Amino acid sequence: MSILEVTNLTVKLPDGADRPFAIEDVTLKVEKGQILCIVGESGSGKSVTAFSVMGLADRRALTPVSGTIKLDGEDILDIDDARLRKLRGEKMSMIFQEPMTALNPVLRVGDQISEMLEIHTDLTRSQRKTRVIEAMTDVRLPDPEKMYRSYPHQLSGGQRQRIMIAMALTLEPQLLIADEPTTALDVTTQAQILKLIKDIQRRKGMGVMFITHDFGVVAEIADHVAVMKHGRIVEQGSVAEVLGAPKDPYTQKLIAAVPSMIPPEREVATGQIALETDDLVKTYGQAGLLGQGRVVKAVREVDLTVRRGETLGIVGESGSGKSTVARCIMRLVDPTSGEVLINGENIASLREGQLRSHRRDIQIVFQDPYRSLNPRRTVGQSIVEGPVNFGLSMNEAKARAAELMQVVGLSPDALERFPHQFSGGQRQRICIARALAMEPMILIADEAVSALDVSVQAQVLDLLDDVRKRFDLAMLFITHDLRVAAQICDRIMVMNKGEVVESGFTSTVYANPQHDYTRALLAAAPGQIGPAA
Amino acid sequence: MTDQATQPAPGAAAAKDISLARIALRNRGVFWGGAVLLVIALFAIFGPFFVQDPTALNPINRLKPPGSEGLFGTDMLGRDVFSRVINGAQVSLVVGLFVAVIAVALGLFLGLIAGYIRLMDALIMRLMDGLMSIPAILLAIAMISLAGATLTTVVIAIVIPEIPRVVRLVRSVVLTVREEPYVEAAISAGTRVPTILVRHVLPNTIAPLIVQATYICGSAMLTESILGFLGAGIPPEIPSWGNIMSEGRTFFQLTPWIIFFPGICLAVTVLAVNVVGDGLRDTLDPRIARNMR
Repeated sequence: MSILEVTNLTVKLPDGADRPFAIEDVTLKVEKGQILCIVGESGSGKSVTAFSVMGLADRRALTPVSGTIKLDGEDILDIDDARLRKLRGEKMSMIFQEPMTALNPVLRVGDQISEMLEIHTDLTRSQRKTRVIEAMTDVRLPDPEKMYRSYPHQLSGGQRQRIMIAMALTLEPQLLIADEPTTALDVTTQAQILKLIKDIQRRKGMGVMFITHDFGVVAEIADHVAVMKHGRIVEQGSVAEVLGAPKDPYTQKLIAAVPSMIPPEREVATGQIALETDDLVKTYGQAGLLGQGRVVKAVREVDLTVRRGETLGIVGESGSGKSTVARCIMRLVDPTSGEVLINGENIASLREGQLRSHRRDIQIVFQDPYRSLNPRRTVGQSIVEGPVNFGLSMNEAKARAAELMQVVGLSPDALERFPHQFSGGQRQRICIARALAMEPMILIADEAVSALDVSVQAQVLDLLDDVRKRFDLAMLFITHDLRVAAQICDRIMVMNKGEVVESGFTSTVYANPQHDYTRALLAAAPGQIGPAA
Repeated sequence: MTDQATQPAPGAAAAKDISLARIALRNRGVFWGGAVLLVIALFAIFGPFFVQDPTALNPINRLKPPGSEGLFGTDMLGRDVFSRVINGAQVSLVVGLFVAVIAVALGLFLGLIAGYIRLMDALIMRLMDGLMSIPAILLAIAMISLAGATLTTVVIAIVIPEIPRVVRLVRSVVLTVREEPYVEAAISAGTRVPTILVRHVLPNTIAPLIVQATYICGSAMLTESILGFLGAGIPPEIPSWGNIMSEGRTFFQLTPWIIFFPGICLAVTVLAVNVVGDGLRDTLDPRIARNMR
């Protein structure tokens, strides 16, 4: 029996949007005890589908124009707000991507879960507390009695997501909607949360509608898959059908774009050493006025070398210190101690004036393509800024910018446009062009493809690999994504809590990880039974 | 989404480059407040050419009610109140404008430095904390008793306590913008600090500064009038709304129009400035502005 039946649902976008409908003619079903994964890239309408089912979509902006959404036989689109509020929580509930913002930071988590019961049931205060503790035990939170009284900021990301799940499940809904619930989490935590959702779903026989952009996650958790593109479902079926033998070309393309966990054979780079660090340390916080203050060791004695023409990957979870290493090398933060050698010269303690001439040798591409270009300046102005700083005339710089736009696969006309006129992937290309305009020796890519959709990600990765060969760059590639690292890095370094726990050739490390943490990371990467592996 | 590169992102072509002024004028408050201010400014600039001398004495026609002798009546020395109010408008607008411009310019400069250059931060901010603790009116009275009552002294006296507010605002914007990757990209490109500040940081401060400037302008006009009313402001031979009211105070029960007309003008002007400020805040506030992009 189906818990949720969406039939021919079409939702209109406001006038002036890039397409008339957010979702068009969407038909899908969630059966009892089944996990339906809706997969798609950004802008595919997967979240609009979820929000429409929850009745959370703003009906003035997103107007359902036809179709039905039947929850346990009742059409969500026909009922009034009071009834809808009752259904939310009792029959369906939702968990979100960002557990920190979905929880109220000034209320204890126990009280926040308890609020659900207060609104929807007649239980007394002590009965509610018992139920909340039960729910928290259910999601395997350690020491629920104590955790009941904690505030959200005292918990880790994974624990916060567990609280959200406990909150969603206290009223035992028949349908759970999960909107990218693991996207903001580290891989090891993600693996635990996925397992938890699956366990609870089995135990309670719920229907789950799980929204994700990650085929690895799909392979891990789904019974049934619907692939969305531009507001339409292009393919749906059982997980074996869709992943094993995709029929639609778009699905095939998406699955093919998922990077494989098996590193390809790579030649050993023999170029000269371009970048070297020696005992690099970065400590945050100062010793207090009276004795020991709070000191955080972000990076502990990191040694690395990168040769020209070689890509070194730094892999780790959030807080491992991998980005701090990059920022120390860039001298965007000052290292506490140790050496950063560029072409043999130590720049770790140079003053800004002396440092300036070295700046052009080393360039960086950041993670967030929306914030790394000044929105008030044209693409051209952003690209020529660096070369002009180092004495190139405006005309020469413009000519170089036009050339580089072609190298990164954009039209030179685009130089006159502003960043908001480009998509994320295009902006990342622009950032790469800006970095190359300096004619650097070393290129740092700090999570440069993490914010991109998988099909775009593959293109930008190809571009990075291409420019590395073309300009004989030494590349430092920082990522949390083991699949991406497998594809692009010659050697990798695994970092945990500021320390390098393992390093070596990518193929060796993946095939035969030595350190426990590396093993845990590799095991946690989702979807290893997936199509790409 | 295809990344077939040369074509712009969907919807991007429709995105218009709308100037700040255009966005602002769409707001009702900015439009009407601005219109009122424009009328007052026109009166202040061109009015004096058409009215009689505001200092001309006419003791025979003193304390005449509005309508019988001049539009707004006459004061205790027989001077035309309408003419004095029109001339007084100049003082108020000049004080408001100058205080806003000077306070914003100095505050912007200090705020950029305090926010961007760590070493200067503590120094500048402690100095600003000190300045903030000086009461504006007392400082003005002290300065005027030392340096004499001139327009310049009044403007300087009002500017000083306003600067810290601007510095704090600018510094807070700079502190968030300096962490933006595009600023870090500029650092990596070897751009010098002054250029980074002017090119990448300063434009982000403009919207909040415009809003802050309107509030400073309104409060400066009020302070100037208060000083005039207390007899510590602009010298009596130059009519200002404050000193007109101050002189009319003794006759308030007999001839209320001497106080009423400059008072109502002051209220309307400050109200108009504040309405413009509110409107600008609504349209230029970063969160709202982002939605409009």
